[in-house]
Formats: sequence, structure tokens, C-alpha cells
Amino acid sequence: MSFSPTSLFGRLDDVQSDAGYAEDHPPRKGFFTDTSVCIGCKACEVACKEWNHVPDDGYLLTGMSYDNTQALGASSWRHVAFVERPLDVAVTGFEAPPPPVDLGMPAVGPAHGEDQAASSGDSGVRWLMSSDVCKHCTHAACLDVCPTGALFRTEFGTVVVQPDVCNGCGYCVPACPYGVIDLRKDDGRAFKCTLCYDRLKEGQTPACAQACPTESIQFGDLDELHERADRRVAELHEKGVDVARLYGRDPEDGVGGDGAFFLLLDEPEVYGLPPDPVVTTRDIGSIWKHVGAAAAGLLVLGATSFTSRHLVPRFLSTSLGRRR
Amino acid sequence: MPRGEQPMVPDAEFESYYGRPILKEPTWKTPDVPLYLFLGGLAGGSALLAEGAALTGRPALERVARLAAAGGAGAGTVFLVHDLGRPERFLKMLRVFKPTSPLSVGSFILAPFSGLATAAAGSLVTGWFPRLGRLCGVAAAAFGPPLATYTAALLANTAVPAWHEAHRELPFVFGGSGAAAAGGLAMALAPCAESAPAVRMAALGAGVELAASTAMERRLGMLAEPYREGMPGRLTRVARGLTVGALALTAADTAMAATGRRSRVLRALAGTAFVAGSVTLRFAVFEAGRASARDPKYTVVPQRERARARGERKQSGALG
Repeated sequence: MSFSPTSLFGRLDDVQSDAGYAEDHPPRKGFFTDTSVCIGCKACEVACKEWNHVPDDGYLLTGMSYDNTQALGASSWRHVAFVERPLDVAVTGFEAPPPPVDLGMPAVGPAHGEDQAASSGDSGVRWLMSSDVCKHCTHAACLDVCPTGALFRTEFGTVVVQPDVCNGCGYCVPACPYGVIDLRKDDGRAFKCTLCYDRLKEGQTPACAQACPTESIQFGDLDELHERADRRVAELHEKGVDVARLYGRDPEDGVGGDGAFFLLLDEPEVYGLPPDPVVTTRDIGSIWKHVGAAAAGLLVLGATSFTSRHLVPRFLSTSLGRRR
Repeated sequence: MPRGEQPMVPDAEFESYYGRPILKEPTWKTPDVPLYLFLGGLAGGSALLAEGAALTGRPALERVARLAAAGGAGAGTVFLVHDLGRPERFLKMLRVFKPTSPLSVGSFILAPFSGLATAAAGSLVTGWFPRLGRLCGVAAAAFGPPLATYTAALLANTAVPAWHEAHRELPFVFGGSGAAAAGGLAMALAPCAESAPAVRMAALGAGVELAASTAMERRLGMLAEPYREGMPGRLTRVARGLTVGALALTAADTAMAATGRRSRVLRALAGTAFVAGSVTLRFAVFEAGRASARDPKYTVVPQRERARARGERKQSGALG
């Protein structure tokens, strides 16, 4: 294990070496999820559940959208978000669909050619669909705070929980800046996406990417995915889709870049993603420094309590006097 | 926001995914974890008090403080283990030592502290191995301040906005609160003739806690809202009321003592209020953090602000 100034924060180009793997480790693997071609079919959610034996996480109709999975969690390792937004051509660059063509079929209801959206006063709806997943951060807070070593960095640069070590302390849960990992209530341990570690070891594609019918979820070497994503976003900008942007691509960001990154068509928070995540352990030095100062202060306070007879009456009269 | 409360600042505009939280709320159970935070402070402060009492020849105070240190650490450990999803695997905590994980560091503080404090108290009660017992007491006192303050790192080293952004002040809040609890318990249980140092420890600790809390809320800005509003806000006000009330009772007690009269009841009352204030404070901080994780506003608005400020700095750097 090597410790460098960028082990906790900042750009880190070889995350596996930093974790102690020998130089001949495999290249870093990841996901590039291009949400501009996601059709919301949820095949990724199903494939993930099937392959990884992820149990049922409750049957709940949210009523808010087509999204009844709601969020990533211990038993949802892929989550397809559905966002309905009013269509604003000026902003998005996407054109409204052409009016329906009258085929001369018999029908009931409004006369043909009368656009339904127009009659209800809408100019149309823009669907944003995005398959969310664990980001497999370069600087992973869950891994940093895990006290048992159950969470570890694999030779592929991904972050995986070892269920036989996890004791369910739950520290990883509030540490994750994306709200990904969670405890499974009936089991007690923490679970999240493994980026199909077992399939990777066999040279296979993770189940979700394998099942994705539109190649919205692309799996591969992270370097290559970066290039592919850069080309795709340039292509969309050329077509006038100025809202297209990459999320989690920047190796200089608050988590050192994500192993699973995205092409989004709106602000991250619209999809339920944090706009500027930072790994909590960036501040671990400052945290321990302040704890050290407070502990030293407490020691002095204890000593003072036995040595100074006059301090407290004076302190009480001044501090309470000020409060009144 | 609960009815009857007015927002302190107009709600900031922000977008979210159907208002759903971005972060996962901490799964730590209540009352287990808030009580553990309190007991760690109580035990750590008590270990210091016990050693001071031993050094200055106050046997009754030493006895109370040693039992509080051992009892607090023991009960705290039980709560901590009970909070685990797999309690039977609690020893896995000692499998590795990770400075990036305050829970790992804390395990390596709590484990020796519990052993040492229990040995010191056991030796005192049974009279066996008095020298070894005393040595254990000294070592426990060395682990005491870290035990009372590391719990602030435990909360601060998360993505929970109201905890993380408070990481500079929270150790002083918890350290002060631990001293107030340890002093307070000894005020309530030890005879007046020996408890003067406990009075001083409690009063000074409470002062540090109040000052650090005030500084913390000032720095947090918008993130201070969870500490002020709703149920955690009510807990914060109760905790502060108890601590200020305890200080007032202590002032009265000190004034009476100056005239040569001493009231055992008054001192016990003040001590109990210090302890109650310390417990309530931990629940308030715990619940405020949970509230800040639940509401996407506290994740999105400060992060947007941070990104905007960074963009401006970059721009002015590029221009200049």
C-alpha cells in the first residue's frame, strides 16, 4: 500500500496501484451511461437483480412517475429515473414532435389534427430517463470510512463490499456523497453494485450493460469510455443539444472522478444526483486536527478544575452576567 | 416545516428529483448512537476527574468518577454493539486500523479505555492490586479526552451536511459537553466537601460547549437551520436551557458556598441538569444531522453555491 498526497483527494491516475496492486494490474473498468439514448425499459434493473440475486425491495407504487424503484439502495443496484419536464426548445435544442398525421381512420373524441397537447395547453413533454448506479469513485468515501475493511478496491479499480466481513456498522451509508450504499434491514449488512466483479473476473460484461438494448449503458476500460463520451458530447453539441454535459468525468472533481460516469441532459440534481460531490475524507486531516485540539483542551480543562479555585466563580459571574 | 414555525430565511430555490433526498439518512439507531455519544463523553471526562481526585486525595470523588468511567464505557460499548447490523461480528472492528475511519480509530480508543477504566474501578472497589489499578487509572485518563472528542469526528466524517460542515467546532462542543456531564454526575453523587473540582469541570465544560455551539451555528449559515427548526430545534433549545439553568444553579451554589453555607440538594440539582443537558445535546446534534440528510435542499444549495464560487474564482483568475 502506497500513500501519496493524492491518496485521499485530487487527481489520481492509477487508483489500483495506490490501493497496493502491482503494476501489471488490469486496466480500470467502468460504466459510461449515455442517458440521451436511455428509453427507460429497466432491463438493466432486472438483469442486475437476476444475476446478482438481489432480493425484492418492496412493492410500492409512488404515483410520482413511472419510477417505482425510487432510489438506489441495498437491494436496487441500478435505478432508472424518469423525469417529465415541459419541453423548451430554446433551452434543449430538441424539437417538438411533428403533429400526428391523419390516416383517415374512424375515431371517437377530439377531431383529427387537433393536437392533444395543444388542447391541454402543454407545448409537450420532455422525458429524461437515466439509469443510475454506484459511481465507483476514485476517492470512495464508503471505502475510506469502513472500519472492518469489508469494502475494498478491486484490481479493476472498482469498489466492492465483502459480505463475509461486513458487520453492519452502517458507517458507509451516510459517508457516500451520492446516497448509493445502504443496509439491508432484514440482513443487517451493507450492499451495493459490485460492477459484477464475478463477471469481470471471467472477462464478461456486467449484467446491466449486457442487457441494455440501446447501449445507453456502456462498459469498458475507463480511458476508452472517456474518449467515447467526449466524442458523443461533442456530437450532441454540434447538433444543437447544448444541454448535454458529462457528469463524473472530470478526474479533478471532488471525488477524483467516477468509475461510472454519465451524459446528462439537465442539471444533475434534476436526476437526483449531487451537483458538486466531495469525498468527506478530503477533510480528515482537518477533522483529526480539531479533535486533537479539543482533546488537549479537555485535558487542560481537567487540570484547571483541580488547580484553579477562583477561575470558576469568576467565569460564572461574567458569563451569566453577559447572558442576562 | 412544522406548523407554527416561520422560516428564518426565505426558502432557497433549488431543483431536485421529486423532492427525494440525495443522501441516505444515517441508519444508526436511536437511542443507541446518541446515548453512545453521550456515554463516551461522560466516561472520558470521568476518567480525568478520577485521576485528578486520586492525585489530590479526594477518595469519595475518585470512587464516583472511576465507577462513572467504567460504567459509561461499558454501557456505551453495549449500545455500540447493539447498533451493529451483525452484532456477533463486533470484533471485526479490530481487524484493521484505518486513520480515515473515525469508527476504526474510535474502536482502538474505546477498547483499551474500557479495559483500563474497568480494571481501575475494579481494583478500587475490591482493593486488589491497588498499584496496578492506579496505573490503569492513569492510562484510562490518557485515553479519556480522545474518547470524549473522537465521536465528533465520527459524525463529521460523513456526507451529512449539518455534521460535515461543523467539523471544526463539533469536537469542542462534544468535549465541553463531556466535561459538563462528568462534572455534573460527580456533583450529583459525590459529597460536597470533595466535589469542588467537579463543579469547576462541569461549569467550564458547559461554557466551552455553549461557546462552541454558538460559533458552530454562526459558521454553518443555512446549514444551521436543521439545528434550529423542527424536532432537533426543540431538542437544541431544551439542551441549552438545561445547561444554562445548570450554570445558574451552580452560580447560586457557589455564592452560597462563599457565605459558608452549602446545599447538597442544590449542588445535586445543578449536577443533574448538567448531565441532562449533555444527553439532550447529543440527541439534538444527531437528529439535526438526520434532518439535513433527508432534505435535498441542504445537499443541493450549498453545493451549487460552492461550484458557483469556484467558477467565479477560476474566471477572475483567468482574467487577472
